[in-house]
Amino acid sequence: MSIDQSTAAKVAKLARIKVEEDALPALADEFNTILGFIEQLNEVDVEGVEPMTSVTPQRLKRRVDEVTDGNQQDKILANAPDAREGFFAVPKVVE
Amino acid sequence: MLDLTYELPKPKVIAGAKHDWELVIGMEVHAQVSSNAKLFSGASTKFGAEPNSNVAFVDAAMPGMLPVINEYCVEQAVRTGLGLKAEINLWSAFDRKNYFYPDLPQGYQISQLYHPIVGEGEVLVELGDGTARLVRVERIHMEQDAGKSIHDMDPNMSFVDLNRTGVCLMEIVSRPDIRGPEEAAAYIAKLRQIMQYLGTCDGNMQNGNLRADVNVSICRPGQYEKYQETGDFSHLGTRCEIKNMNSMRFIQQAIEVEARRQIAIVEAGGTVDQETRLYDPDKGETRSMRSKEEAHDYRYFPDPDLLPLEIEQAWVDDIAANLPELPDEKKARFINDFGLSDYDASVLTADVESAAFFEETAKGRSGKLAANWVINELFGRLKKEDHSITESPVSPAQLGGIIDLISSDAISGKIAKDLFEIVYTEGGDPAQIVEERGMKQVTDTGAIEAALDEIIAANPAQVEKAKVNPKLAGWFVGQVMKATGGKANPKAVNELVAKKLGE
Repeated sequence: MSIDQSTAAKVAKLARIKVEEDALPALADEFNTILGFIEQLNEVDVEGVEPMTSVTPQRLKRRVDEVTDGNQQDKILANAPDAREGFFAVPKVVE
Repeated sequence: MLDLTYELPKPKVIAGAKHDWELVIGMEVHAQVSSNAKLFSGASTKFGAEPNSNVAFVDAAMPGMLPVINEYCVEQAVRTGLGLKAEINLWSAFDRKNYFYPDLPQGYQISQLYHPIVGEGEVLVELGDGTARLVRVERIHMEQDAGKSIHDMDPNMSFVDLNRTGVCLMEIVSRPDIRGPEEAAAYIAKLRQIMQYLGTCDGNMQNGNLRADVNVSICRPGQYEKYQETGDFSHLGTRCEIKNMNSMRFIQQAIEVEARRQIAIVEAGGTVDQETRLYDPDKGETRSMRSKEEAHDYRYFPDPDLLPLEIEQAWVDDIAANLPELPDEKKARFINDFGLSDYDASVLTADVESAAFFEETAKGRSGKLAANWVINELFGRLKKEDHSITESPVSPAQLGGIIDLISSDAISGKIAKDLFEIVYTEGGDPAQIVEERGMKQVTDTGAIEAALDEIIAANPAQVEKAKVNPKLAGWFVGQVMKATGGKANPKAVNELVAKKLGE
């Protein structure tokens, strides 16, 4: 599989990253380098091998169902470019 | 358990300009898990709080914050799965569904695409006319809810509240087994009922705690059966997904409207595009929601912040052993043990509280009589004041007391209704009220006879007429009842009137 410029543009758009037209060829090349590496990994026969999900055996950590957090509206909104009446205020988005 | 067998309902048929068409419907129901804290944070799930006050840094996707799963949410999902007789997957995993929207600060929703916690189950959907359909559930997975955007507070800005962000949802995905708008509503109602019994979701649609995406396609009669035989979806039409509906009425309207839209396109020689649509109840139409090229390009991948979720069979068995009695079983038991009709049993098992109230009332009494009083008198009275069963001023013991007085012939049915009204509005012990207010039924034939003699003596013309036309005897019965304040035993009065007029 190889990535052309239009695919690179599409991926950038989905990730909401602005890429100038003239930067697309280099970006597509980088993608292809990465994919080339993945393809190399794909050559290894892993038939019947369970995917490794952690280096040492671990169980997913759980929490109990208790309210231990929240009530910090000021901190949550502290970095917001715009906040009004306790809400984040963002440019209008309507479907 | 009593086996309830039902006929299959007929699929809904819509007549197009050229042909008849049938509907094929599959649903994705999003049910908010009842829990104190969110799925991956310790923030509260409480509805109606100050904006952005139930938000942990994890929910706001602050850099470096890591999700830690709420074990109770997992338990609730497992419980729901068991309630739908579904297989529970001891190994499941979380994936990221990537998309951008202001109310989703992570830029992705943590969900379970590849390995859901619950596999195939089923829901018996009764249509209330003696028919029912077994709708297959494909899977249930856990995922995070998004926040809430408010668009009408400012002309140029949208306001975002993250209180809901990260609350645990169960997405319950059905197979395309639903064949009409009414069935779709009945399916959601049944899911809601089961989850309310289980205590896993409160089912409050108004607050958005239960929402549905509905997939609708159309096909010619006979095509659906071919799909059923082969499992080949090409026998069916292209489906459209109507997103995010939280009203039974709108769901039914939207399905009908969308089906008619598709029929019009196909009959005009066009093709239906697979897309996501929104229902506009004001205009009574569905409209396309997202530009096509971006639809469903979610670039799912396993969430590297979360290890796979492994649960133990013993834990699942323990949850299974402590499941409450479910609606189908309770209904069957009510029919079996109390001799109720299918309809009465359905009404009484609609929610756990009503069922418990009835059972308490019926204990050691006639089940049918108890059902009549709970459904006709109590429910009717509660409805009048818009009260729920939990707000009933009459307790099962009080209602049972009234029923006992009827059963022992101490009061007539008519007086019983008056007594019920007194107990409802004033409270008190029914037997004592009857005693104190002299409401006891007069079974003493001497007293009834005296009243009747008086009436006969005062109305000689009526007596002559009644002798010619026996139907007029009812007038005398009425007069005696009136004279005794409704307390005379109607059976004794009837007998006496017949006897006296026959003389």
